[in-house]
Amino acid sequence: MLDHLLRPLRNIGHRVVNSIWRLGYASRFFLMTLLKSGTSFARFSLIMREIYFSGVLSLIIILVSGLFVGMVLGLQGYETLQKYGSEEALGTLVSLSLVRELGPVVAALLFASRAGSAITAEIGLMKATEQIAAMEMMAVDPIARIIGPRFWGGVLSMPLLAAMFSAIGVFGGYLVGVVLIGVDDGAFWSQMQANVDFRNDILNGVIKSVVFGVAVTAIAVFEGYDAPPTAEGVSGATTRTVVMSSLAVLGLDFILTAFMFRGM
Amino acid sequence: MNNLVELKNVNFAYETRSVLKGLNMKIPKGKVVAIMGGSGCGKTTLLRLIGGQIRATQGEVNVAGQNVGQLNRDAMYDLRRRMGMLFQFGALFTDLSVYENVAFQMREHTDLPEEIIRDLVLMKLHAVGLRGARDLMPSELSGGMARRVALARAIALDPMLIMYDEPFAGLDPISLGVTGNLIRRLNDALGATSIVVTHDVQESLKIVDYVYFMSEGVIVAQGTAEEMKKSDIPYVHQFVWGEMDGPVPFHYEMNKTYAEDMGLDHA
Repeated sequence: MLDHLLRPLRNIGHRVVNSIWRLGYASRFFLMTLLKSGTSFARFSLIMREIYFSGVLSLIIILVSGLFVGMVLGLQGYETLQKYGSEEALGTLVSLSLVRELGPVVAALLFASRAGSAITAEIGLMKATEQIAAMEMMAVDPIARIIGPRFWGGVLSMPLLAAMFSAIGVFGGYLVGVVLIGVDDGAFWSQMQANVDFRNDILNGVIKSVVFGVAVTAIAVFEGYDAPPTAEGVSGATTRTVVMSSLAVLGLDFILTAFMFRGM
Repeated sequence: MNNLVELKNVNFAYETRSVLKGLNMKIPKGKVVAIMGGSGCGKTTLLRLIGGQIRATQGEVNVAGQNVGQLNRDAMYDLRRRMGMLFQFGALFTDLSVYENVAFQMREHTDLPEEIIRDLVLMKLHAVGLRGARDLMPSELSGGMARRVALARAIALDPMLIMYDEPFAGLDPISLGVTGNLIRRLNDALGATSIVVTHDVQESLKIVDYVYFMSEGVIVAQGTAEEMKKSDIPYVHQFVWGEMDGPVPFHYEMNKTYAEDMGLDHA
């Protein structure tokens, strides 16, 4: 009877202990990745290859999404601004929304589902097919050779993708606002130029995208490396990468925004 | 010192499940030694202990005079550079071509110029008969070819010890013969020592110098291939001749007779 009552409690305890253990393991793994980054940077061609797979191959989805998000912003923004007779502020609205929030956040979410999942699946399959064990037996450190380049490839790609997302988004807003609806061309650009601050808006956006890049890629490489070497293990790890990194991006966005834009 | 690998009273357990129990084993230099036994008897665990991927819970694993369990990471990596390992299904790097797979260790561990690497890679591929497959990707290879490329990769740096984990699993009869021959020829040509973990009796008895038979984590028999063929130890006899019933029973253990289970004991 007592055992029956205690079992759920034991299960909860077991889960909590497991989660803390896994968090510790992930932290040590992340630290090892950073410590061994020198080896990855010494052979920059490996990082370049990963920038191609994570960054360049994500370009299409980033650019198309950025264009549509910008166009929607243009439409919605015009709709609201014209009620107050300030439709020439459309450029400011579109660019600030993109540079501060939507660029880093949406690009990171897309990056997590396109590149993060691919990184996890690739590393997980390498583990399942004993490629990582083979590398260790060849006296080559898999963290320096496999994890490091993928991590840094993702971290370097993320701000570039976010910048391109924002740029194409502004162009989308221009297309809808100026070309289609007829907002004044000069007002659109000059208001944008006057109201978007380099340090407060652009630099903060870049910082956000770097943080998101670290979070998403660290989760992706860890989940792949920690995946059980089976088909279900790899598929579960891929799903966890997308879910965990999306939540991490949204959570971190709130924290960063609270710090960056308070008192403005 | 005539033994390249020596295991002294080695115990190993995965958490509470004991896998190896007081194992003593000697692998002499220059020989091809087979470790045989049914699935789950601890053969692969033994290879992982020798390669330093796991550490013995008790006892000593000595390779080339060094106690593997006490080596730090750098010393372990130094030792591994002198070992080659063929994994069960090859474990080729799927993002690299056949050529790059074989060149991998040369690029990682040496500063050899590209022309020398090219010559060495082609020599290794020629030794396994796959010089013509250098530009193929692993996904374009048959199971037997992948195993041979992995063999070329395992001998890339002329190791002193080559370990084979189930090298014959899933191969057709021609590939089986080719792989067996290669293991013997390469061992002799390189002056290496080989450990072949397998349950393919007929193929391995043709090529090995000495055999250890394992069951449930202990050595149940050992001797030359000829001695094993003639052995009257029940386990070895059943294993070598593939008999259905014997010390390894056909029926999974249970506490009721067939008649009881079928409800015939009341009749």
